[in-house]
Amino acid sequence: MAHSANTLDELKVLPTPKELERPLLVANGRSIGWISDQVAAIVEGKTPGWWWAAFIPSLLLLAMLGAMLLYQISTGVGVWGNNHPVMWGWDIINFVWWIGIGHAGTLISAILFLLRQRWRTAVNRASEAMTIFAVMCAGIYPALHVGRVWFDWWLFPVHNSNNLWPQFRSPLMWDVFAVSTYFTVSVLFWYMGLIPDLAVFRDRAKTKIRKFLYGLFALGWTGSNRHWSNYEKAYLILAGLSTPLVLSVHSIVSLDFAVSQLPGWHTTIFPPYFVAGAVFSGFGMVLTLLIPLRKVCHLEDLITMRHIDVMCKVTLATGSIVGYAYLMELFIAWYSGSPYERFAFLNRLGGPYAWGYWIMMGCNVIVPQLFWFRKVRENLWWVFVISILVNIGMWFERFVIIVISLHRDFLPANWGYFKPSWVDICTYLGTFGLFFTMFLLFMRFLPMIAVAEVKGVTPQADPHDPRGGAKEGGHH
Amino acid sequence: MSSASQPYGLLAEYETPADLMHAAEKVRDAGFRRWDVFTPYPVHGMDKAMGLKNSKVGWFSFLGGVTGYTTGMLLIYLTNRIDYPILIGGKPMFSPFSAFPPSYELTILLGAFGALFGMLILNRLPRLHHPLLKHDRFRLATHDRYFLVIETADPRYRDADTRALLEGTGSKRIELVED
Repeated sequence: MAHSANTLDELKVLPTPKELERPLLVANGRSIGWISDQVAAIVEGKTPGWWWAAFIPSLLLLAMLGAMLLYQISTGVGVWGNNHPVMWGWDIINFVWWIGIGHAGTLISAILFLLRQRWRTAVNRASEAMTIFAVMCAGIYPALHVGRVWFDWWLFPVHNSNNLWPQFRSPLMWDVFAVSTYFTVSVLFWYMGLIPDLAVFRDRAKTKIRKFLYGLFALGWTGSNRHWSNYEKAYLILAGLSTPLVLSVHSIVSLDFAVSQLPGWHTTIFPPYFVAGAVFSGFGMVLTLLIPLRKVCHLEDLITMRHIDVMCKVTLATGSIVGYAYLMELFIAWYSGSPYERFAFLNRLGGPYAWGYWIMMGCNVIVPQLFWFRKVRENLWWVFVISILVNIGMWFERFVIIVISLHRDFLPANWGYFKPSWVDICTYLGTFGLFFTMFLLFMRFLPMIAVAEVKGVTPQADPHDPRGGAKEGGHH
Repeated sequence: MSSASQPYGLLAEYETPADLMHAAEKVRDAGFRRWDVFTPYPVHGMDKAMGLKNSKVGWFSFLGGVTGYTTGMLLIYLTNRIDYPILIGGKPMFSPFSAFPPSYELTILLGAFGALFGMLILNRLPRLHHPLLKHDRFRLATHDRYFLVIETADPRYRDADTRALLEGTGSKRIELVED
């Protein structure tokens, strides 16, 4: 008996062999306090020149958006290029494009949390902010394209003087619920994640007004473990709820198309294909935003090359799923035997808008394949350029689906050719103004990195690690 | 001394999460009830070291979700079948399948509100005042230090004994916090 006790004592866990050690998530062994200091420096320091250089043009573009919307509301949807037979033009293309971009933020904050991908902590705050601002840009389009915006409230089940109710058998109604829920839950999730970090900013605030405002929104957070216990459970539940939510949102967006009977839209592959495309485009945008930001905000030790590397891999994986979906669409169009289906796809490959189709194929299917090479993933210029091409490609995907399918339907007498108007183009550019204005304000006033979460993934935060104070051979 | 200045509790500071965890185990085993630890991030294993039970946030979220789903289904049934029936393409006035997507979204919406508000209710937040937040040193609790507080309101609290207990856990800095 004494013998068996001895063997147990002698049973020691060997240290991880060198070749199996993973690089730390926070590079250069930075301390916990350094993380607060570095993230708070973006907010507490003097406003840098590059911030103004980015903010002023964004603000001007935002003003242009306001002018365009005012012009469109006061004149009518005729100022856009939409016309028979292409009744959905840039409005719905841009709606789907922006909302798709949002999906990467939720994938990072919810799905990667459930999958215990601890690297997500460095990028989740900024990506969630991206989600919220992208959904704001997206929301403008459906609200405006109804024509008479002052009747938008008819979309919601509010009893009106005509005794009418919304008609819930239409996917467009489902979309209203999906998008508004998506926006609300994204804001809740984002805000809950912000609470402990607002407390960080409150506790280091030097001016009265900062102390008051950060203190107000931190809701009196103290870092109590009794609070953390409920907080972590609520966070897990929100992640668990956001996961089916994000999958449902773009599925429902795709049903706006798939439930109709138009060749090119009437496809069962749409929901998964839209979700994969959304995540793909979103990761493109996350990379576009974070590659310059980590440089100008000196966050290289928090958003490391390893983070960039894994995000490139996610882009490659989702891009390949999208490529598979494109090929499967072509196969099914042939296999269906329906002449209309076959025509719709031949028209994509070689019709008057074939250039759009081949830009999409090039940017979404071929270009991301470069991420198979480590050399490309490690070169930030390559990654940055590819991430922008992904954004362009995904815009053209929506162009292909919407415009090419609509411009030639069953009857040749109905055919037409769509061109955007200058208002279409300026409105789209204006949404970038909204997006970047919001994002720049966010990064200047709020913690751009989830401070508390990043602290939690360092070895010195782990009570079972010698760097967190654990004694050699301790019982933990 | 005025009658209002009954001290809030004893605040002990630690350098590492491991020290705090061992201290929490000792305080738990000594049978204290009104005490807490404060950390810049959630420390894994601390719930066990403090003897905390599983959080009840899930119930709030569950109730929210059930309310959302029921609301969605009832809303669509009452509006589309009872109050304003309109025939479209020969489809049924009400079908659980076409009513599902909006109800599903409402389930998630109210479930999410349940999780956030459940967390706030269980934590008694928002709170605009807390004795610890007036303490200068305590600011480091959101930075890089670890704190343990035993409230004077705890029935087992005795000035000298409790201080000795905390000293025994290896804390280098123990202070009395005023209310």
